Amino acid sequence: MSSPKRIGRIKFGLLSPKEYRKMSVTKVITADTYDDDGFPIEMGLMDPRLGVIDPGLRCRTCGQRAGECPGHFGHIELAAPVVHVGFAKLIRKILRATCRRCGHLLLDEMQKHDYLSKMHELKDKNYSIEDVVKNVIKEARKTVTCPYCAEQAREIKYEKPTRYVEDNHKLMPADIRDRFERIPDADIELLGLDAVNVRPEWMILTVLPVPPVTTRPSITLENGQRSEDDLTHKLVDIIRINQRFQENREAGAPQLIIEDLWELLQYHVTTFLDNEVSGVPPARHRSGRPLKTLSQRLKGKDGRFRGSLSGKRVNFSARTVISPDPNLSINEVGVPEAIAREMTVPIIVTPRNINELREYVKRGPSDHPGANYIKRLDGRRVKVTDKNGDEVAETIENGWVVERQLKNGDIVLFNRQPSLHRMSIMAHRVKVMPFKTFRLNPAVCPPYNADFDGDEMNLHVPQTEEARAEARILMQVEENILSPRFGGPIIGGIHDHISGLFLLTQKGTRFTKSEVHELLRKCDVYKALPEPAIVKDGTGYYTGKQVFSMILPGKLNVTLKAKKCVMHDVCLKTDCESDAYVKVEAGSLICGVIDEKAVGAFSGALLDGIIREYTDTGFTEASRFLDNATKLAIRSIMHFGFSFGIDDEDVSQKALLEIDEIIEKAEERVEALINAYEVGELESMPGRTLNETLEMKIMQELGRARDKAGEIAGKNLGFAGELALDNSAVVMAVSGARGSMLNLTQMAGSVGQQSVRGERIKRGYYDRTLPHFQKGDLGADTRGFVRSSYKKGLTPTEFFFHAIGGREGLVDTAVRTSQSGYLQRRLINALQDLEVGYDGTVRSGEKVVQFVYGEDGVDPTKSDYGKSVNVQKIIQAVIDKQGKG
Amino acid sequence: MKNPNVLKHKMVPEHVVMSEEEVQDLLARYSIELKQLPKILVTDPACKEIGATKDDVVKIVRRSLTADEAVSFRLVIDTKMG
Repeated sequence: MSSPKRIGRIKFGLLSPKEYRKMSVTKVITADTYDDDGFPIEMGLMDPRLGVIDPGLRCRTCGQRAGECPGHFGHIELAAPVVHVGFAKLIRKILRATCRRCGHLLLDEMQKHDYLSKMHELKDKNYSIEDVVKNVIKEARKTVTCPYCAEQAREIKYEKPTRYVEDNHKLMPADIRDRFERIPDADIELLGLDAVNVRPEWMILTVLPVPPVTTRPSITLENGQRSEDDLTHKLVDIIRINQRFQENREAGAPQLIIEDLWELLQYHVTTFLDNEVSGVPPARHRSGRPLKTLSQRLKGKDGRFRGSLSGKRVNFSARTVISPDPNLSINEVGVPEAIAREMTVPIIVTPRNINELREYVKRGPSDHPGANYIKRLDGRRVKVTDKNGDEVAETIENGWVVERQLKNGDIVLFNRQPSLHRMSIMAHRVKVMPFKTFRLNPAVCPPYNADFDGDEMNLHVPQTEEARAEARILMQVEENILSPRFGGPIIGGIHDHISGLFLLTQKGTRFTKSEVHELLRKCDVYKALPEPAIVKDGTGYYTGKQVFSMILPGKLNVTLKAKKCVMHDVCLKTDCESDAYVKVEAGSLICGVIDEKAVGAFSGALLDGIIREYTDTGFTEASRFLDNATKLAIRSIMHFGFSFGIDDEDVSQKALLEIDEIIEKAEERVEALINAYEVGELESMPGRTLNETLEMKIMQELGRARDKAGEIAGKNLGFAGELALDNSAVVMAVSGARGSMLNLTQMAGSVGQQSVRGERIKRGYYDRTLPHFQKGDLGADTRGFVRSSYKKGLTPTEFFFHAIGGREGLVDTAVRTSQSGYLQRRLINALQDLEVGYDGTVRSGEKVVQFVYGEDGVDPTKSDYGKSVNVQKIIQAVIDKQGKG
Repeated sequence: MKNPNVLKHKMVPEHVVMSEEEVQDLLARYSIELKQLPKILVTDPACKEIGATKDDVVKIVRRSLTADEAVSFRLVIDTKMG
């Protein structure tokens, strides 16, 4: 194998017409492609010398077959020169900086000398000469009389994209070319060009290169019809116009017609190069679709650079819809059997595994853990079929490779786009399952940001032992429970997990021994059941806290405040009335209720505690706890039963009247404010106009009314005071599983003010939002206040305002995602080469960027929510220890 | 008006020119060469104030949000690039 060549330097330049002709294998003169028999026409756009695309034929230039022949350029002799759009701006600059008669740069010798030496100086230092070139052109434009031939300079107007006008007289490309030819080589360097590789007249095309057919292959449709590439279509246009132009000129057509045709030729060449030039209507396909021409092939996300060269494709990957399965471990992923059968892991045959591998080969490709291919020592691959399985199995020898099907326990990478952080790709263990979706424990949804409303995810199978080891050690889910984003667990219970444990660990729950067994059946319990805490009538009952303690690791000590903690002035700690003080001692839950703060993703204090308590096996211990917690939670929520219906929003008649009254009063106060405003009695607040003051006061008033209505509704539903645990909305809001007080308010109380850009809705008709209202009416209901609740239902106008507010939310989300996506792309591009060394330095290549990572050398993953040390926790731990010992 | 001493401004961290010995020690500690250090221009006001010249190494002690005090080192250069 030859060693890869190193690129020393790259030089850019323009091709001269001479070079175009030299590299051309044929002149193209006919616009037709194939004749009636389907053979390419000579000197046509599909000339066989331009390369081959049909299999079986040989290239007339190089003699190679399709696939081997790289293709060869042809050329079109343009009847008249045209401007190359890519250089239009540069052409303008040069036109303005040079003499219209003698072509000299409009600077005197002294100036030229000065600028030139400045340029050389910068070039020696490897600096950009851009600024000097800018100055040269700026100075030259100021010159009125040519210092060499005394010609008066004239103003040149540039009309996008390819028209140059001098004193109301259009400059033809031929004129421009003539002028550029007269520019002496010595002046070209001052224009920032390189006279050997870039003569300015080459920016005006006289010859157009015809790209090889291999770059514009035609496709044969099912009905046998040929469909040509967009580039070919464009070239056909160019040749047609070119011919017409020539014929007309030879026939002595009037100047007007010639000029029209010239412009048409310019249009076609322009769109051939770039079909998205501003000011030029894009050339379209017959169907109305804009053509994809040269520039479009390179530009943008799906262009040659970002799409084809930087973009990577992989094998050994699978993609399907995801769905939840709380019975799986967080480290597992359920893989459909159909996918497992298709994907393989290469295993090298050794004396120790040869019998096992024979077994796989014997089973063949359709009997699940089988084998699809074997690779012999000479590199030949043999496909294993149902028929030849037994036969092939006998032949395998040490050193061969068996491509075994994916089976339980294999390490695979699992990914969901957009891959915004490293937890977007984690390693899971395979569990082959029936049906057609990937299954995952819902506790790992947060890091992937996945839900099950149709999300799809990708799966990759590492193909080498190193890759598998690396994936297992660095990327396995349990290794990523702690997020480097904030130094806390990013994986944890969601929705029903939280509701379930919240209900289980309530005060006053009790279970018989058999109920306890049922709850813990699926869990991997490693403790003996303690004595029941409650004994009544001779039978023992276990509390929910005792049940939950069964899945806690024995060494765990954690205290935290539950979500519903209201921060009393004096914390009663273990005697907290609302059971909001959570204390786990030696792996048993002493008091407090388990909720989002304890087991939720992004906050789970128990998980955090386990990882920090068990320094060696923390991650394994944590994943075991999570597996158990998800299973126990689902079992207990099923034990209690949990559903949500319209009657969960039912509020008493009395409360409804109260809510009505509150809103009525608020609207009256708004009326009063408006009156005061209209009479001129309203005083403006400092730094605000009168209008703004009024709006702010109205918003405040209505906001307060909504909150009060919500309070009443909340009280009525059992959200405040004695919690109504039979109301699932309350359970979810209080435990932090889903929803909030606001959601409850809107459902049962009043939806409240709708807004656009933080203001009341005011657009629509002149001085009013809808034709139903009086002009200039500023009342609450005319500007988007929704007094109804979702339960009661919205009036038509309210519904419309609600839709306006909702639409703004949707637009914001769409805009935000695209903006933050681009921001992320730039950030990653800037930071991708930074590396933290073993000595704690941050380096980019060989350059040191930071002497100590983050200035304190702390790995944020191992920090305590961003802080390197939590002094409070340490003190508490010491006190606890002393108290005991 | 006389130019004020920039180093006395509270937003400007402490700048010190390092001795040859300290520089050698620094390079050995991180096993790097001079050119791998971050750079600072001679024309930098702080550099002018402490009289650092080309190829000196300046030690900068900043107040840091994460570590109270962070030490950094910069090689003095006379032009960008080159």
